[in-house]
Amino acid sequence: MELLGLYHYWVFVVLLMIGFYAVVAKVNLIKKLIGLSLFQSAVFLLYITMSKVSGGTAPIVLPGMVDPVYSNPLPQVLILTAIVVGISTLALGLGIVVRIKEEYGTTEEHEIQEIDRR
Amino acid sequence: MTVVFGIFLLTLLVITALGIVRTRNLFVAVMLLGIFSLLIAINFFILDAADVALTEAAVGAGISTVLFLGALALTSERERLGTRHRWLSLAVVASATLVVLYATFDKPRFGDPGAPVHQHVAPWYLEKTPEYIGIPNVVTAVLGSFRGYDTLGEVFVVFTAGIGVLFLLSARRGGARRGAPDYRAPGERDASGIGLREHVIPRVVGRLVVPFILLFALYVQFHGEYGPGGGFQAGALFAAAFILYALVEGEDRTLAALPQSWLHALMVGGALLYGGVGLAGIALGSNFLDYSVLAADAVAGQHLGIILIELGVGMTVTGTLLSIFHAFAARDRA
Repeated sequence: MELLGLYHYWVFVVLLMIGFYAVVAKVNLIKKLIGLSLFQSAVFLLYITMSKVSGGTAPIVLPGMVDPVYSNPLPQVLILTAIVVGISTLALGLGIVVRIKEEYGTTEEHEIQEIDRR
Repeated sequence: MTVVFGIFLLTLLVITALGIVRTRNLFVAVMLLGIFSLLIAINFFILDAADVALTEAAVGAGISTVLFLGALALTSERERLGTRHRWLSLAVVASATLVVLYATFDKPRFGDPGAPVHQHVAPWYLEKTPEYIGIPNVVTAVLGSFRGYDTLGEVFVVFTAGIGVLFLLSARRGGARRGAPDYRAPGERDASGIGLREHVIPRVVGRLVVPFILLFALYVQFHGEYGPGGGFQAGALFAAAFILYALVEGEDRTLAALPQSWLHALMVGGALLYGGVGLAGIALGSNFLDYSVLAADAVAGQHLGIILIELGVGMTVTGTLLSIFHAFAARDRA
């Protein structure tokens, strides 16, 4: 049971590294962005995991609750805004990929590098 | 029981992520990414983060999938070459994994109330929100008031990213296709923009669902102080409703209902509204983004300020996400 308390963190590490692998090893630019999204989601999961308090509930203060335990609102606020910022930056990345495809005719990284070397 | 369910969901997350990386078909990868987002949203919900779950479900599973598909339509659906330096990458990733895994043994156990993260300002927020802000949802109070600067910055990041996408995708196409006139007859040209209008089931379901999504978005926008919700989630939901409408009825009708100039006005107006509320605080003799002076009573002022800035956030997010969507869609037809 002691080690089960770390399971969330392990999943975080594995997801983070799957995303990282896609970013470094994959040649296709869209796949790299997908990997970046996975990486980002893993970080979100870490923050939200840390905000959880055992036996707690969502941090919405209602009168009449006897001795309430609330989970930590601060990491939730940070991640809430980060998700929306994440989609905006993802859109920017996709925009750049689309422009690269139009100019180079490919979205595979090393083909782009070859065209640049010519 | 919740623990078992949580572990099951987390394991599913890892399996989905592996599927996403392994498949060579990018369309499949994007669909799996949508499933991944829904799974992680359920996880957030189990972890007591209702606001975050709502955002992730609307943004991750809805809008990000649509944007990826828009980009795929403009590039290619197949990943031709797979991986490069596979063994080197695997070695780097494996060693990094081991290092970070080793670090997790120093982390406080899951749900431990004595963890350092729960000792700093968070108890103060939970204790003082009813007294200073007077609204039940502490997440909204922290987002809108206590950390209002932070949120203002985020809104401007969203705004800037939107401008960046519009810049990138409004550039004219290079190469041979530059300036090629459209020789098709007007009727033919319109045919490309009708979306799924010929398919009965998506059309009927889409038409039925869109008004309810809009209604729900309004509820999320204005109920954010009392329950899970707020500007970010509502903005994503508004955008999702219009994107669904565009997919079903075509781009032209959507742009007729909500023209591009309105979207630009929403983008700019939301950011200006947020900044303006901050400046109003200064004008009334207090600090930037201090809402206490906006009304005679400090708590009522806080409440008013949060409603206004949430409205600003919702406007900017809606305008930006929809502008980005239209930019991709217009590129597709050009």
